[in-house]
Amino acid sequence: MDRISEILGRMGGVNLLPVALAAVAFILIGAPSSWATLTVAGLAMGMMVFLMASGLSLVFGLMDVLNFGHSAFVSFGAFIAATVLAGLSTWLAADSVALNTAALVMAFLAAILFGLVAGWFFETVIIRPVYKDHLRQILITMGAMIVAEQTILAFWGGTPFTVLRPHFLEGSWIIGDVSIEIYRGFAFLLGLAVFVGLYLVMNRTRIGLLVRAGVENREMVEALGFRVDRLFIAVFMLGSGLAALGGAMWAGYETLITPALGSELMIIVFIVVIIGGLGSIEGTLLGAILVGLMSNYLGFLAPKMALASNMILMVAILLWRPNGLKPAV
Amino acid sequence: MSLLTLDHMKTDIGQYAVLHDVSLTVPEGGVFVLLGRNGAGKTTTLRSIMGLWNASPGSVKFRGQDITSLHTAEIAKLGIAYVPENMGIFGTLTVDENLVLAADKGRIDPTRLKRVHTLFPALERFRDKKAWSLSGGQKQMLSVARAIMEPRELILIDEPTKGLAPAIVDSMGEAFREIGQDSTILLVEQNFNFARKLGRDMAVIDDGRVVHQGSMEAFAADTGLQDRLLGLAM
Amino acid sequence: MNQTQTTGALTIKLIVLAIGALLLFAPFLFQDVRSLEVAARICIFIVLVASYDLLIGYTGIVSFAHTMFFGFGAYGAAILLKGMGPGWTPVILGALAGVGVSLVFAIAIGLLSLRVKAIFFAMITLAAASVVLVLISQMSGLTGGEDGITYKAPDLFKPATKLLTDDEGKVVRLWDVRLNGKLAAYYFVFLTSLILFLLMLRFTTSPLGTVLKAIRENEQRAEAIGYRVVAYRTFVFCLSATMASLAGTIYAVWLKYTGPDTSLSFAIMIDILLMVVIGGMGTMWGAVIGAVLLVLAQYYLRDLMGAASEAMAGIPVLPNLLAADRWLFWLGIIFILLVYFFPKGIAGTAMDKGAAK
Repeated sequence: MDRISEILGRMGGVNLLPVALAAVAFILIGAPSSWATLTVAGLAMGMMVFLMASGLSLVFGLMDVLNFGHSAFVSFGAFIAATVLAGLSTWLAADSVALNTAALVMAFLAAILFGLVAGWFFETVIIRPVYKDHLRQILITMGAMIVAEQTILAFWGGTPFTVLRPHFLEGSWIIGDVSIEIYRGFAFLLGLAVFVGLYLVMNRTRIGLLVRAGVENREMVEALGFRVDRLFIAVFMLGSGLAALGGAMWAGYETLITPALGSELMIIVFIVVIIGGLGSIEGTLLGAILVGLMSNYLGFLAPKMALASNMILMVAILLWRPNGLKPAV
Repeated sequence: MSLLTLDHMKTDIGQYAVLHDVSLTVPEGGVFVLLGRNGAGKTTTLRSIMGLWNASPGSVKFRGQDITSLHTAEIAKLGIAYVPENMGIFGTLTVDENLVLAADKGRIDPTRLKRVHTLFPALERFRDKKAWSLSGGQKQMLSVARAIMEPRELILIDEPTKGLAPAIVDSMGEAFREIGQDSTILLVEQNFNFARKLGRDMAVIDDGRVVHQGSMEAFAADTGLQDRLLGLAM
Repeated sequence: MNQTQTTGALTIKLIVLAIGALLLFAPFLFQDVRSLEVAARICIFIVLVASYDLLIGYTGIVSFAHTMFFGFGAYGAAILLKGMGPGWTPVILGALAGVGVSLVFAIAIGLLSLRVKAIFFAMITLAAASVVLVLISQMSGLTGGEDGITYKAPDLFKPATKLLTDDEGKVVRLWDVRLNGKLAAYYFVFLTSLILFLLMLRFTTSPLGTVLKAIRENEQRAEAIGYRVVAYRTFVFCLSATMASLAGTIYAVWLKYTGPDTSLSFAIMIDILLMVVIGGMGTMWGAVIGAVLLVLAQYYLRDLMGAASEAMAGIPVLPNLLAADRWLFWLGIIFILLVYFFPKGIAGTAMDKGAAK
């Protein structure tokens, strides 16, 4: 038994879980082409959820702050990107990949910019007064989420909003008898790029070193002469910006969005950070990929079980590892 | 001139008053030992100096400057280093990364690093290892090493010998004597035999109050006083 | 600080007593259908909010699964009333089934959270509640899905039932109020709510309640004295779930309809949070005040906002924010301000006033 776990550990340990999940699904689904399509969809969803969840996880790890309003950044990101895309519809309709791309970039940048500013506002005005008080933190951030959701309803109304997307991201790649939606491939690659960037920042820069040390022992970083609270604002803003980007990408993925999008995704985001282990980028990615794959496989195999499956996944993992798969400390 | 002055410091943790009245004068240079029973308030005193707990009313003065209400990070920047009781090692970082964090500019001064490696050779041998994999003594060395990566005038060290093997305690004592030549060490210690060899001045704290301050020489000679102030704890 | 002997505490208790009296005579004081609806809803929400206060106010745990338990109780009665027809047996069996399911979930969540950080509790309960909401909406064969279930209450509560008849066989009127089944239904709601509330009040003053207060004041110290904090918390979680479930059954009998919007929705969870915070956590009296204020606001403030919105027509966005549907926006802002400036709520703040030091 010990030998087996040692061998598994050397092969990647918990990192093997998504592979195992994919293998089981392959047998259950039977049709390789459907399996491939679902796997790509799962990976794409996982990457978008990763963007939404990474900030939440880091923010908790660094300052012990649990932000129930995090999903507001996702919703706003989605609606702002969709609005910018609608405003630039002539660019999108133009027969020029450059203009198409420019519209998409503008939409994403608008979402990220909003996330950064809103994150700064949220941290300094909403959360700062209730550091170290979990009860009031949960209540206040939940209140902020209600206000944010209502604001979206006031601005955009309750009816579903159609999201335009650039022509070159429509359609599918056909490889053999496997069809892969181009937008999914794009979402996966963009998410992967952000993860790699984040990973390099966390592991190769001084800021990353400070964040990792701060997650482990905030007081000691301060005793070494660094203002963790100022670092925290930066991390919070970054996390909010990423969540808004995740929301923007999600909008293009769904193509029809409602103001309830944030609170629906929040459950998934929470499950992901709990599964992954709070405070770690790698853990969040692992959790997000697992949840993405699980949702897509079960959405195909047993549609009614899709949401409950994530809950079951979370319970199973918590019973096995109470601190999540890859906690930071 | 005194380096550090605590003036009627009073610290509450939550709704409990831990320090009632702590007044202390730490002169410059050498090792100043703070003795006391378990729960007397020694750790709280160090944490209050460091700004990790709010000491008020009362004041903490460092080189005559009032630092009572400064942020911990600002206090550190003024030249006070802290080696906490639990060592405060960043276990997920490597030994070198722990040291890099302690360097203000983010770059390690080679001569400083050389000194650290001479004092604690194990830190050179395991420089790329994750800090959690070190032994207890090595972690303590790393924690002290972090405190001297930059020139600090005052180093607060909390029970460094707790749970260490006698041989390591001895080399730790050597290191403190060496460090004490160009920095002042405020040492909280339960191990009186260790403390008496190092300390020049000393104070005893009991139930949140300073009950005695004087020279170590006189205190070490007066077993009656030791019995009365430290009791069975020794 | 001893809150029990302040003048503020006395005032609060008098106010609660007055509310109780108003609710007792509500059918005679406010003789229209809507007012009775409001009064019944207040009674039920007092129980629901008080049971939530047991959890958040006395143990400091935030749960987002309270409507889940409320829903179990409501659906228990609803499904059986639909299946077995009107009668008391399905109500009692439904109440028991609701409590049973609630306890199973409460214990499962409690045991799971024993193994994880306390902060996960809020997230796990939120996830559990939303999964249950989706499942119940999907199991349309049993639960009626999104549409919910309509059924008949026990015969006694039919509006046509005559409680007392005069010589001509007509229903007797007392101060102009017909003594019919509707009145009986209201007093069923009022009395069961009163009993449940008094039980909870009794609990908070029992030795167990005192232990809980000690834990709330200082967890580490309570642990050191030898109280098994986690065991107590799980117990309170179960108690609170039971009470919420019973409140759900009462509501189901009163409404004669149960659907996701009346029992399980997240909007109700937010209402409960607002009520407990506005009223004041950890006092029980606060639950009464919070429930009364918010239910009244729900029914009457929305009309006011609608009027204000029309008055503002022409100004961009502002009418949208003032529209009756956006009242949660304003409640959310009030909620945030309250948590900042009056974390003790109305009752807690008032009870500190006039404290004899």
